[in-house]
Amino acid sequence: MTTVLVFLLIVSSVSIWWLSKQRLTSKPWLQSGLEIFDGHADQIRSSKPKVGLIVFLGIIGMFFSLLISGNLMRQEVTDWRQVPLPNILWINTELLIISSLCLHFALVAARKNDASLFLKKLPQGGSDLSNIEMIKPSVKRAVKNRLRLATFTSIAFLAGQMIAWKELSNSGFQLTGNPANSFFYLLTGIHGLHILGGLVALGRTMLGSWLQITQEKLMARIELCAFYWHFLLVVWLVLLVVMLGWAHDPFISSHH
Amino acid sequence: MAVVILLVLVVLGSVLFHVFSPWWWTEIATNWSVIDDMISVTFWITGAVFAAVILFMAYCIFKFQHTEGRVAAYEPENNKLEIWLTIITSLGITALLVPGLVVWFQFVTVPGIATEVEVLAQQWYWSYRLPGKDGKLGMVDNRLISNENPLGINPNDPYGQDDVVIDSDALHLPIGKPIKMLLRSADVLHDYYVPEFRAKMDMVPGMVTYFWIEPTRTGEFDVLCAELCGTGHYMMSGKVFIDTQEDYELWLLEQLTFAEISPSENLSTATVVADGN
Amino acid sequence: MADIHTKTDEHITPTEVAEVELYHATSFWTKYIFSQDAKVIAIQYSIVAIAIGFVALALSSLIRLQLGFPHLFEFITPETYYQFVTMHGMIMVVYLLTALFLGGFGNYLIPLMIGARDMVFPYVNMLSFWIYFLAVIVLVVSFFVPGGPTGAGWTLYPPQAILSGTPGSQGAGIILMLASLALFIIGFTMGGLNYVVTVLQGRTRGMTMMRLPLTIWGIFTATVLALLAFPALLVATVMMLFDRVLGTSFFMPSLIEFGEHLSYGGGSPIMFQHLFWFFGHPEVYIVALPAFGIVSDLISVNARKNIFGYRMMVWAIVGIGGLSFIVWAHHMYVSGMHPFFGFFFATTTLIIAVPTAIKVYNWVLTLWRGDIHLTTPMLFSIGFIVTFVNGGLTGLFLGNVVVDVPLSDTMFVVAHFHMVMGVAPVMVIMGAIYHWYPKITGRMLNDAMGKFHFWVTFVGSYLIFFPMHYVGLVGVPRRYPELGDAAFIPESVATLNAFISISAFVVGFAQIVFLYNLIRSIRNGKHAGSNPWRATTLEWQTAQTPPGHGNFGDELPIVYRWPYDYSVPGASVDFIAQNDPGTGAKPETTS
Repeated sequence: MTTVLVFLLIVSSVSIWWLSKQRLTSKPWLQSGLEIFDGHADQIRSSKPKVGLIVFLGIIGMFFSLLISGNLMRQEVTDWRQVPLPNILWINTELLIISSLCLHFALVAARKNDASLFLKKLPQGGSDLSNIEMIKPSVKRAVKNRLRLATFTSIAFLAGQMIAWKELSNSGFQLTGNPANSFFYLLTGIHGLHILGGLVALGRTMLGSWLQITQEKLMARIELCAFYWHFLLVVWLVLLVVMLGWAHDPFISSHH
Repeated sequence: MAVVILLVLVVLGSVLFHVFSPWWWTEIATNWSVIDDMISVTFWITGAVFAAVILFMAYCIFKFQHTEGRVAAYEPENNKLEIWLTIITSLGITALLVPGLVVWFQFVTVPGIATEVEVLAQQWYWSYRLPGKDGKLGMVDNRLISNENPLGINPNDPYGQDDVVIDSDALHLPIGKPIKMLLRSADVLHDYYVPEFRAKMDMVPGMVTYFWIEPTRTGEFDVLCAELCGTGHYMMSGKVFIDTQEDYELWLLEQLTFAEISPSENLSTATVVADGN
Repeated sequence: MADIHTKTDEHITPTEVAEVELYHATSFWTKYIFSQDAKVIAIQYSIVAIAIGFVALALSSLIRLQLGFPHLFEFITPETYYQFVTMHGMIMVVYLLTALFLGGFGNYLIPLMIGARDMVFPYVNMLSFWIYFLAVIVLVVSFFVPGGPTGAGWTLYPPQAILSGTPGSQGAGIILMLASLALFIIGFTMGGLNYVVTVLQGRTRGMTMMRLPLTIWGIFTATVLALLAFPALLVATVMMLFDRVLGTSFFMPSLIEFGEHLSYGGGSPIMFQHLFWFFGHPEVYIVALPAFGIVSDLISVNARKNIFGYRMMVWAIVGIGGLSFIVWAHHMYVSGMHPFFGFFFATTTLIIAVPTAIKVYNWVLTLWRGDIHLTTPMLFSIGFIVTFVNGGLTGLFLGNVVVDVPLSDTMFVVAHFHMVMGVAPVMVIMGAIYHWYPKITGRMLNDAMGKFHFWVTFVGSYLIFFPMHYVGLVGVPRRYPELGDAAFIPESVATLNAFISISAFVVGFAQIVFLYNLIRSIRNGKHAGSNPWRATTLEWQTAQTPPGHGNFGDELPIVYRWPYDYSVPGASVDFIAQNDPGTGAKPETTS
């Protein structure tokens, strides 16, 4: 469970850092009346969906940490036989990297036309959209193309994963054959499901880029997708390290 | 007011119930009376805390119930009081934890001179194996379990030939000697539980777990399974007898070894080692 | 006073809080069925949770029928007994308590208490309920498939859970249970994201974290715990599904069952236990922390006194939440895991008792020199303290590793967890319902019925579970439908069991009075007004009762103080609302 505890340590550190800004040592009964506490100074700067995504990624990270923990615990037992990773996995990895890059550059393109930087803030909150520039056609094209490529490469990634599965099972590495096999299919399968889920969100974003949504909204959505994709890329790289057998739970291996 | 009386009755009733309760632990049959002592100490400390907190609460309700014109005091916090309470609580916790861990250390440290007895659990019965004259248990493998080989002893292991196989629900143990119970399961999780022993442990298929005891009185005791293992879990009972050394040896003479119960074609060319090597 | 920083209004606009684009439902379907309004979702969660809770209550009556009067009812076979025990446990812990505290109370109270119009992701929130509902349906379906529901115990330990010796293992029973849990976790994650991000980002102006009522601290921390702990259950569930359906051996060692060598091999049953309890222990705090928070507020309001030691209470909640992740293996002391872990986990387990004890002291110290009104919510709060202290103290027996050895898997454990997790949090749920029902419906619950409900439930529950500890002390194991003729069990245990069972039936019947009260008072209850308890928190300061769409009318409240300004010296009334800038005169909220 070391991986899990390490991940929890990271989460706790972030939580403690955040908590430390909430003035938990203050005496709230002394701070009332006409002096207004601006609660917003304590709130996180990012938008609500962004915060939501960060929390969600914390949960996903926990989930993968647990799976990896299980893998590392199991691999110390003597009957573990390392799975020879099919070569196509390296191509898939490149595809995923390209996906992430595409989303990153889509975001860059969308930001280029960031008229929202010049929008007037209204007294009652929100922005004056009356003279917002809808997205310039050239920018729209760039964004669309990059989103398309990101989608295509991600779908290709998933197809490549399935080819990897086929290859493995044809060479005799069945799901139930060896615990290493089981973990391989489980880890890659769960990761693939998360990419699939992400594709749903990406689809919505692409739809948005076709329709007349505002610059602000489009940028926000692409930013979330990009963030999610980068995170899953990191997860994938960690999984590769684990599946190559390069990682060991220090606590467990010391017992053998 | 009724509430105050209720709270006082709860404390009083609980204490009296405890004091007069005919439902108490069974008389211990092993060296682990120190665990009973720990339970008693814990009852004293927790009982005192329970009574103190609930009676204090009853007092508060009695004294500070709303009446016309009553105003609550204003006291947001009292750091000093809270620190003292924290210290006292921590001391109480330490008073329970430290002796508890000392005893746990004894529990997991098996004396070197302990003899070994193996228990094999299956759905839904117990069987046993003793090391026999060579003092060593032979190798076993669950995959070797069969009708002729109920404990899965490896026929190629010379140490296994003289293992005493007890394929019934009655185990005998000699009084006054430390015994390490080695626990195995052929199928699912079980737990070898004899209330009078105080010690118990789960058996996990694929592992060998253990606990150790030194029996301190003779008698006949029930063995129960203490880890839900399917529909027959509650019926998975047996008996264990603590005998005097003489009675134990008499019983032992009647038991069969692995070599004796194996059909002759299974007997390997491994030589039977007669004395303790 | 060094902490205060005053800001002039130069660069703060009056309503600095950006207005949420509220979804305005128009049709019947979008208003009451697929509603995105957290208040409606809260009620939906609560109704489903309470309904399935009554199913679990009925199952407990069947269990007690068998234990109190064995051999009397032929239809209760060992198989069905194990199925009852399993479903009773799983429903109560997950589908009732977790769903009700977080999905029910969380959804209703979070936006109102922090001054928000709704949750931050209302569409996802709506989905979360329907996925929960689907999870409940799948669970109920498992009762009716061939082989029936699983009888593996709510802990679902492999290898037995998926092998033929256990009821529900060969048919769809265990599969549906696992599927239902997976659905629950997915649905719950959607809800949990809402609760956390809303508390982080949705607070109104002036509502700092240290001005939040403890109810919100409790629910918020519990949600964080849940979001981090449920993945462990999901991993365990997925792996067990693989083992059962696809034949993998994550948890399955090589084994021979009923003479047949199975094709599994190399798996670790103990790994399941680690994953399960890594979820399972935080789970009990996911249930307990909201209870802690809510009871703090109930006591405070009804004693007209601030909660004693608010700062310590907050730190204790956070501390307990953090520590709850490193105590899990105290459920595994006799599992056969490496003995070293026993030292570590006993230490952390006993350490976690310290912040918990501080909370107890602070609740009682709130009563000290208070102005105590023995309303029904206050009575239930007192009932909580008694049963929680009792249950928490017996935890000290079980947490101390070597003392746990004789007591584990006996009725002592069953008594402990029912007292501390069954009775105590349920006391809070009941008190909370009496407390907030007037806000949700505009009517008071009938007081006489409420008092009756309290007395029977509290006394009855105590009579059920206190003596049960002694049944365990005798050595009677848990999960035994019958005791057979074990020599160490005296005859009198049977009498005690019968007594416990009768108490259980009485308590069960009293809940029907509660249900009747809940339903009847919607029409016949006394009109409550907007703040019948004269409380300070924001939900009582809404313009409309029940709160209308958007909760607070045209303008969101501004918060000037913490939620515990009761009986402040010099104030004209004995409470000052959080959005009151002055010293007790209620500001007019626009409607």
